[in-house]
Parts: sequence; C-alpha cells; structure tokens
Amino acid sequence: MTLLLLCVAALLALGAAGAARARHPDGTAVVYGGSLALCIIAGLVGLLHLGAAPQTGVLPLGLPWIGARFRIDALAAFFLVVVGLGGGGASLYALGYGRHETVPERVLPFFPPFLAGLILVVIADDAFSFLFAWELMSLASWALVVAHHHDAENTRAGTIYLLLASLSGLALLLALGMLAGPAGNFAFAAIRAAPPSPLGGLVLMLALLGAGSKAGLVPLHAWLPLAHPAAPSHVSALMSGVMTKVAVYAFIRIVFDLLGPPAWWSGVVVLALGGVTAVLGMLYALMQHDLKRLLAYSTVENIGIIFIGLGLAMAFRANGFAAGAALALTAALFHVLNHALFKSLLFFGAGAVLSATGERDTEHLGGLIHRMPRTAFAVLTGCAAIAALPPLNGFVSEWLTFQAILLRPDLPQWGLKVMIPTDGALLALAAALAAACFVRAFGITFLGRPRTAAAALAGEVDRFSLAAMLGMGLLCLLAGLFPGVVIDTLAPLMQALLGARMPAQLGLPWLSIIPVEAARSSYNGWLIFVFIAAATTLTILAIHRFASRAVRRAPAWDCGFPDPRPVTQYTAESFAQPIRRVFGSVVFRAHEVVLMPPPGDTGPARIRRSLRDPIWDALYAPVGHWITRAADVMNVLQFLTIRRYLGFVFIALVALLLVLALWQ
Amino acid sequence: MGGLSLDVANMLAGLLVLASFMMLYQVRLPALLNVLSLHAFILALAIAWQAHLQHAPELYITALIALGFKSVLIPAALRRIVVRLGIHRGIETVTGVGLTMLAGMALVALALEVMLPVTTRADPVTREYIALALSVVLLGLLSMVTRRNAVSQVAGFLSLENGIDLAAAGAQGMPLVVEISIAFSVLIAFLVIGVFLFRIRERFDTVDLQALDQFRGERA
Repeated sequence: MTLLLLCVAALLALGAAGAARARHPDGTAVVYGGSLALCIIAGLVGLLHLGAAPQTGVLPLGLPWIGARFRIDALAAFFLVVVGLGGGGASLYALGYGRHETVPERVLPFFPPFLAGLILVVIADDAFSFLFAWELMSLASWALVVAHHHDAENTRAGTIYLLLASLSGLALLLALGMLAGPAGNFAFAAIRAAPPSPLGGLVLMLALLGAGSKAGLVPLHAWLPLAHPAAPSHVSALMSGVMTKVAVYAFIRIVFDLLGPPAWWSGVVVLALGGVTAVLGMLYALMQHDLKRLLAYSTVENIGIIFIGLGLAMAFRANGFAAGAALALTAALFHVLNHALFKSLLFFGAGAVLSATGERDTEHLGGLIHRMPRTAFAVLTGCAAIAALPPLNGFVSEWLTFQAILLRPDLPQWGLKVMIPTDGALLALAAALAAACFVRAFGITFLGRPRTAAAALAGEVDRFSLAAMLGMGLLCLLAGLFPGVVIDTLAPLMQALLGARMPAQLGLPWLSIIPVEAARSSYNGWLIFVFIAAATTLTILAIHRFASRAVRRAPAWDCGFPDPRPVTQYTAESFAQPIRRVFGSVVFRAHEVVLMPPPGDTGPARIRRSLRDPIWDALYAPVGHWITRAADVMNVLQFLTIRRYLGFVFIALVALLLVLALWQ
Repeated sequence: MGGLSLDVANMLAGLLVLASFMMLYQVRLPALLNVLSLHAFILALAIAWQAHLQHAPELYITALIALGFKSVLIPAALRRIVVRLGIHRGIETVTGVGLTMLAGMALVALALEVMLPVTTRADPVTREYIALALSVVLLGLLSMVTRRNAVSQVAGFLSLENGIDLAAAGAQGMPLVVEISIAFSVLIAFLVIGVFLFRIRERFDTVDLQALDQFRGERA
C-alpha cells in the first residue's frame, strides 16, 4: 500500500517535472520512462494483491474526521492490473510516439497525473478521496483532450467531454452522498457496515448515470467519438482502454460492494442499456471513416458487452443464483481486461498510421501492409481479437457472456424473461457487426493499393511503438490461449463479492475452460490455436507442393480491376453500404442521393449520403436548446440593482427558514 | 444558574432586538449611527454577561472589542464620513415604516419558530440567544434591503454582524482567535467600504445608490 501511494506521489511529481522540462529534448523520455516504470510497479502490486487479504491505509488528508482512506481488495487489485497494463503500454508507446508531439508542454504535465488519478480512483476507500480522484482523472484527461486547442473541433470535444464529466461527477456525488446517509458515514467501510439504504434504487440509477457517462453507455456516449480523435493517440488509448474501465470499476464498487443486494428490475435496466449500447455503438462505428472515431464507437460497443455481463450478474444475484452471477461477472471482468488490451493496441495502431501518414481518414489510406508490415500484423491481431475470433481473447469473454445468457433463461420475473434472450440476440448482432466493422477498418486501411501519396510514402514506425503494439498483441494471444489462468485469478474476487466462484479451471485436462460443468460446454483455445496453425501450415505446404510454377498469361480485364487507379477499389463507404441500407435508413435516417452532372457537363456523377445522429437530435440538441433559452431568460439577472440582489438574498433566506419552520 | 441571571441575559438579548427595530425607522443618518452605537453597546453588555455566566474570561476581551470597535470607533468614523460627505442633515426616504416594522415582527416570529424547536436540547440561555441572534441577523438584512443610502446599508450590515456575534457568545466556547479575526475582517470591510463611499461620491456627487442604478442605465 505504501509502495502504491509512493507511486502516486511520484506520478504527480513526474507531472511537475514534465511541466518544467517539457521543452527539453529528454523531457519526453524522462516523463514516459518514469510513467512506464511506475505503471509496472502499480500493476505488479495489483497482481500480488489479487488473492491476498484486503490491505488498508489512511493518510491525514481530505475530510478531517475521516482522513484519506485507501484499500486494496481483490477488485481494486484486478483493476490496478488493468491500469498498470494499459498505462504501461501507453507509456512505452509514447516513448516513441511522443517525440512527434508538437506541443509537449501541453501533454507531458498532465499524462502522469492522469495515471495517478486512475490509480487513486481504484484504491480510494472513502467517498471524498474517491470523488477527488475521479475529478483529478476527469480534469487531467480533459487537459489532454484539448492539448491541440487551435482546432475548433478539439475545443468543442473538450467542452462536451467536460460537461459529461461534470454530469458523471455530480451523479456519483449524489449517489455516494445517499449511501453515506444523514450521519455522513463517508468511509466505504462504514457504508458497507450500514444496513442497505432505502434509496437503493435511486442510488443505483445515479451510479448508472455517473459511471455510464464516463464509460460511454448510450445515450451518454457523446463525448467518446469527439474526445478520442482530439487527444494524442496514447492518451486516446488510455482513455478508451483504461479510463472507461475505471468507470466500470466505479459501477461495480457501488452496486456490487456498497449497495447490497439489488432489485430484479435494476438488472433489466442495465441489461437493456447494455444491449442497446452494444448494437448502436457498432452501427455508429460502421458509419465512420475516421479511424479513431471508429475505434471510439467500438469502445461504446464493448462497454455495452461489459454492461450486459454486469446486468446478468445483477439479475442472477437478485434471484439468489450466486454461481450464475459469478459466471456473468467473470465474463464482464474478463472482457474489461481484454478490451483494455486490444483497444489500446488498436489505438496505438491508429496513432502509428497517423504519425506515418498524417491521416486518420481511412478513405485516404490503403496498402499500408506493404509499408508498415509489423504495424499491420499487430493491428490485424487486435482486429481479430476485437472481432471475437478464436483463439484470441475477445472470443473467450464474449463466449462466457453467451454462456451466462444461456445459463438460465427461465428466471421468474417477466422482465428478465424477456430481456435476457433479447440481449442474447443483440449481443450476437453486435458481434457480427463488429466483425464486419473491423474487416472494413483493417481492409481499407492496410490492404489494397494506397489512395493518396501520403499513404504510398509511409514508413514503419519506431521500435518503442512497435514494442508496445506487439506486446499488447502477445498479451491478447496469451489471454486467449490460457483463459483458465485469468478465470482462476478472478476467483477470489468473485468469492469476496458474490460468495461464489466459477469452477476451478487450471486442473482441467488440456487447459480447457468450463463455465458451469463439463457436460454442458467447454472451450479450449490452445487446441483451436494448434488446429489453426496446423491447418494453415498444411495448406501452405500443399500449395507450395502442388501449385504450378508455370507462367500463365491472363486477360487484362480480370476480377473487376480493369483500371489500375486506386479509385476503383472498394472504399470504406461502399463497403458499409449494405449495412447502411439495412440498419441505417431506420436508425440514422441514412439518405443517398445520386447527383448527375447537368447535360453537356463531362464531370462524373457523384453519390452523396447523409446521416443523422438520432441520439444527438433527440437528446443533446433539445437540452442544449433549453439551456440556451434559460440562459437568455436569466440574462436579466445580470443587470439588477444592488438592492434587488440584496433582496434576493433576503427572500431566499426567509423562504428557506419558512420551509424549515413548516417542515418541523 | 439562577433565575435572575437568566432573566438578565434574556433582557439583554431582547434589548438588542429592540435596538434592531429602532434602526429600521431612523430616517436621519446621525440618529441611525447613534442607534448603531447603542446596538453594539448592548451587544458588549450581553457578551460580558455571558462571560460572567460561563466564567469565561476571554469573553470579556470579546466584549471589550465589541465596545471599542463597534460601539465607539466605527460609528465615530462613520459619523465623520457622513459629516464630510455633507449628508448629515439630509432625510433618507425609507419606504413604509409601518410595513417595515410589521415585516420585522414577522421575521422575529419566524426566527423563534425555526430556532426554538431545533435547540430543545441546548441550555435555555443558548436557546434564547441563538433564536434572538437570528432575529437580529434577519432584521439587519431587512434594514439593508429597505435602505437606499450606502452609509445606512453599511450600518445594517454591521448590525447583522452583531447578531452573529451574539449567537457565537451564547454558544459557549467560541475561540478568541475567531472573534479577533472576525473583528479584524469587519474593520477591513469597513475601511474598504469607506474608501468606496468617497470614490462613489467623487464620481456621482451622491451616495444615493439610485444614482448608481441610473448610471448603469437599469430599472431602479
């Protein structure tokens, strides 16, 4: 614990050092090297505490009668590992990527405090330190989002991010305040010891609002697709891979640890939001051609998958089915780990493409697999993992989620009876769309022929970035091959939170995993990997053995490529058109118009498509409109006389006293 | 605690409320400042009586501060300002004395209604002091709201601060350092306000706040 707090202090000091030495040539190396070392320490501390008894510590800061309390239990330890992995990866990547930064003085001072905030949120053990750390995390990341503030789009992203971050802070403040009760028991230990709050449902909704707007639950996801492209790539990776997971942590901490047993309907709400988030996130992602924006929407989808797991765990727990809850929560936490790994990897890849070509728009890329083969390989691994292809890790967690859905479709409450199978269908749809989305993302960016000179002249990125990407890819593969290790590591956590755990996996023959019992279902990533490797090798050998080496002459018109120009290739737009036609016309009111040139004009006909964002139109635009109206009306208040202001104070005071008098 | 000492304590606090009422209907500034001086004098007596009752010698110092600063020094300085500004003969239009007094009574009733039930566990002197102190605060605010002249608003503010002092003295055990710092901050506020009054006068030839409002082009 002491080590961890020293880590946090060192990160804050590193931020100050970053501010002092930002313009110095070795400033980047010092800050990111230091962050890397400290993240490794934090991750190792988490790893050591995964199975250990909870450890607490108190600092004489914060509220005077509580102090700043910290605690590492199994849940905190697991998320510390996630923060350590994601933060360490981002720091390693930034050792190379950060050298291209044009304004290091706007990035270096805030990156280590952001990491410190992430660590502090996870280990905080009273409401005050928790909210303080939460706001530190929000503010530091906001500063990183608006690092390139000369672009108007970036400042808009920063504003919207700040608004939603404030909303989440406010909701969590209210939730924790209600949990603390009128006696003001702000220490988490006191909240745990207190009887379940009568306002449990309200607290849960507030926690959902607070954690959901940080994690990116639809309809509170609006900041992700704006902020992720605006931030530097290693920061996007950290925000998307780690910060949204810390928000999930906040939800789990409040709902599963502090709040006591949930009502069954709360499971329905979380399941519904999770399902809608998963499908809508992926549909949005399919409509994007900005690489980082696409990844941001894919984060929304993955958060949906995680929340489906959490909703299932809540539903099972409400029905006293602890083993099922353990399976669902394990699936959700496994996906947390997986998403942190492959989403960091993919953002690193997007950053590598950005630094090599200066482009984020997939329509201007193409053919990069020849110029950046190692990056392409790493990104391909990440795409396969996020598209849930075995033997990689994404498949395992989504498969476990499906197992949890199929486990008990016969719960007594009608809402769950309807919602759980619906979520199964939505999850299947989201998984299929995700596969399409990442085929498109990888294919348009890395395959085919370059569409612009920038893509044609790209070169491989530096070795730090490559090391970070390949390291993440290796971890994806390992987590996919040996999922039993992860599941067994999570077992003490399940035992502590739910009082049940999944069956022990490591003693099983052939390193299989079984969610419930061997007779029902099992999965063996190792076996599938061996099979895929063997089949691929055999196919290659067979082709080399039996293929003809004779020179053949083929017609010039072949396979739809009569024209050698890259314009004739599939574009990101055309690839997504079928899906846009099927889903987009309803969800996004997608509209395509063919603009024919006027007679006599030799210019080409053009196709123009238009999309509306339904959630922006239905939720954000009206709210913004009302606030503007209200501000206009209240503007009068800026120009009153001193006596009237005094009068307002007076009337407010008397009104409050009257309420107090009548209340008694 | 004997019946007599309780009665004296209550009487002093009640006198303070009475002095607050007197401030509400003073239309001439020198008279208002005299009442302010009286107000602070009663406060000093009330605090000294508390010091006697609680056997708390540091409260005597508080009482002395109240007597010296609030009863003598500040009113005298304000009087000088009024004379130098040449408004000591003027009559301030106070809107509806009768209505203001009625409102003041309602406020005192409200203060007692709010405070007495919530302090049932405190000892009787503290209860009365806190309830009456809230009345004094509300009356001070009321006189600030009904006045138009900047000097009389300052007087209202100072009487409000006296109410807070009364509550603190009754609550047993306000640290001396808090009292000193409050006295000091009031002094600073007073200096700042004094400087401002002269600046306003230089600019507009009056300290009637209506002139400021007109200058800003707003509805009065």
